[in-house]
Amino acid sequence: MDAILAQLLNGLDKGGAYALIALGLTLVFGTLGVVNFAHGALFMLGAFCAVTFRYIITLENVVIDPDNLTAWGTPAEIRTPLAQTWFGDWGAVLIDWSVPLSLLLAIPVMLVIGIVMERGLIKHFYKRPHAEQILVTFGLAIVLQEIVKAIFGPNPISQAMPQALRGAADVGVLIGMAQGAVTYPVWRLVYFLFSLGVIAAVFAFLRFTTFGMVVRAGMADRETVGLLGINIDRRFTIMFGLAAVVAGVAGVMYTPLLPPNYHQGMDFLVLSFVVVVVGGMGSLPGAVAAGFLLGILQSFASMNEIKSILPGIDQIIIYLTAVVILLVRPRGLLGRRGVMES
Amino acid sequence: MTLFQMTRRDALVLLAFAAVILTMPLWTAPIGANYPGLMQKFVIFAIFAIGFNVLFGLTGYLSFGHAAFLGVGSYTAVWTFKLLTMDVLPAIVFAILVSGLFALAIGYLSMRRSGIYFSILTLAFAQMSYNLAYSVLTPITNGETSLQLTLQDPRVIDLALAPRGAGLPTASLFGQTLTGLGGFYFCAVVLIVAFFIAIKIFASPFGMMLRGIKSNQTRMSYTGFNTRPYALTAFVISGMYAGLAGALLAVTDPLAGAERMQWTASGEVVLMTILGGVGTLIGPVIGAWLIKYFENIFSAFNEQILSRFFDFVPDPLHDTMVAIASKFVGEGWQLTLGLLFVLVVVFLPGGIMEGVRRIGSLFGRRSTPVSPGAARAQPAE
Repeated sequence: MDAILAQLLNGLDKGGAYALIALGLTLVFGTLGVVNFAHGALFMLGAFCAVTFRYIITLENVVIDPDNLTAWGTPAEIRTPLAQTWFGDWGAVLIDWSVPLSLLLAIPVMLVIGIVMERGLIKHFYKRPHAEQILVTFGLAIVLQEIVKAIFGPNPISQAMPQALRGAADVGVLIGMAQGAVTYPVWRLVYFLFSLGVIAAVFAFLRFTTFGMVVRAGMADRETVGLLGINIDRRFTIMFGLAAVVAGVAGVMYTPLLPPNYHQGMDFLVLSFVVVVVGGMGSLPGAVAAGFLLGILQSFASMNEIKSILPGIDQIIIYLTAVVILLVRPRGLLGRRGVMES
Repeated sequence: MTLFQMTRRDALVLLAFAAVILTMPLWTAPIGANYPGLMQKFVIFAIFAIGFNVLFGLTGYLSFGHAAFLGVGSYTAVWTFKLLTMDVLPAIVFAILVSGLFALAIGYLSMRRSGIYFSILTLAFAQMSYNLAYSVLTPITNGETSLQLTLQDPRVIDLALAPRGAGLPTASLFGQTLTGLGGFYFCAVVLIVAFFIAIKIFASPFGMMLRGIKSNQTRMSYTGFNTRPYALTAFVISGMYAGLAGALLAVTDPLAGAERMQWTASGEVVLMTILGGVGTLIGPVIGAWLIKYFENIFSAFNEQILSRFFDFVPDPLHDTMVAIASKFVGEGWQLTLGLLFVLVVVFLPGGIMEGVRRIGSLFGRRSTPVSPGAARAQPAE
């Protein structure tokens, strides 16, 4: 029981990341009808927003103090982070909380990147076949990751999580189990709750705002909405920006769990496509459910008990699920009947 | 014999192609690519791309997992070297057979879906093969260290004929060792044969049937064809081409690693085909050459070479030019590749061959105009 609960929890944070990326992919597919292979690159760009933010906030002012000698007899360099000079004690707190704070940078940046990407490139591909959409966004993903590599270098850059959120939470106690039976890193819990929050926000936005209502109407019947005199293209562009923001913030918050490197977008992209297909092309709840489902499945498959029965299952479980779903139920778990069903 | 009959145009294309391939050491000299290792790659990846084009170019099914067949071909060839003989013919035959069977199994399942679902299915199978080759299949694939020849290999047939020599053996053809230029010419002859087969497929009723699947699968099935066996045959043929390419990679360097099966490798062959021109005979070959050339030559560029290249530019600009250009070569050659890829898909969806046709139609009025959609990639939906 403990082990099962522990694995369930382990799957949740990864599942959260999958769900967020797949949500964005599905949004783009549902609104614009574009298969976006560069979506993983947006996740990666989000992660590097966190790196940039940390770089900016830890810029230092170096003063050489001739009176104060180091052990080697050279003048000591006194480094004070600019944040500390400006904000006093708050500076250290800011640096400590740099990862969550980078969301403030990531949201506008990703929105702009998303809108520029859609207006600059994607909009020319609405009418082109899916194969060409895949190809051009695949090329774009290569370009984006190479640019990041040229700027930040090929090595992963680890990001520290805030002091207060390190350590493990005793989750078992909450549901009446013995103390220390099931513990779980706090940051992973934070990530899970964060992803739930973002998902809820996106759904609420689509559900309860006029803008969201128009977008949903456009997803159902783009032409009629256009005939009503609504500029649906502009709203879809904004939705693309929103999908980029969702992928970006998912990347930002994931940095303490996985030090960002330039090719992580590709690694997550393949998985997220599988997630989208399992959930059902164009179904938002499907993408979310499949994200968590696959995250949990993956963590169960990596249990030693299961690996000893089926060696190597942890390596292929996600792809295997995708194959089975596609062959048995091609519209995915929650996909609408008739959408991409062939 | 209808087997060797072909239209005059096809015969001319084949002759010209053979001439270009066999004189490769001459015309690659001015562009600094005339060393055997690179020319072998030119030839081998041309075979891979031709095979991929038989599937994607003719039927429109976009496979994102073709590298798996290449990897299987390599592993089979190296195992044949290890167990039976260093002669390349058995290795190639076995590699084609095994990868063909593998393609049959994967194709049988994947062909049940079309469009993007087919792409995802092939991708999933290839990723499974790659992950398994890296982990549990280590006894067969030797995992991260790659499968290679050892001094203790049984090599049953070779050792029955001659005693074990000192050092690692090299691949041979009827006793002739295939290293350097010899290896290149062997691969070149194989490429010409592969190209000939591709010409025959393109010109055959079977090829027409595949084109019919690409342009309108529904109509094909309404006329009474069961399209799936034909598409599956195309899939298996292109898998066998990939296996052949994998075997030749093992011939030129008897080493097989799992990274050959990774999905980036699958993406690369898609790229080659698109860049050259989907559905054309020569296009994929040109695409393969361009990409391998970029990979080898551009990635070897460094700032000194660039600095010499920009010598004509006045000083203050000189350094900026070098700094900007250096981002696109050496380590950053993939950036160039990605940009090129985006530009080609946006402006020239038919690839380089379409560009050549467009330029050609500017000059020659008599040339018949090509309908714009003819060479475009249409997914089978």
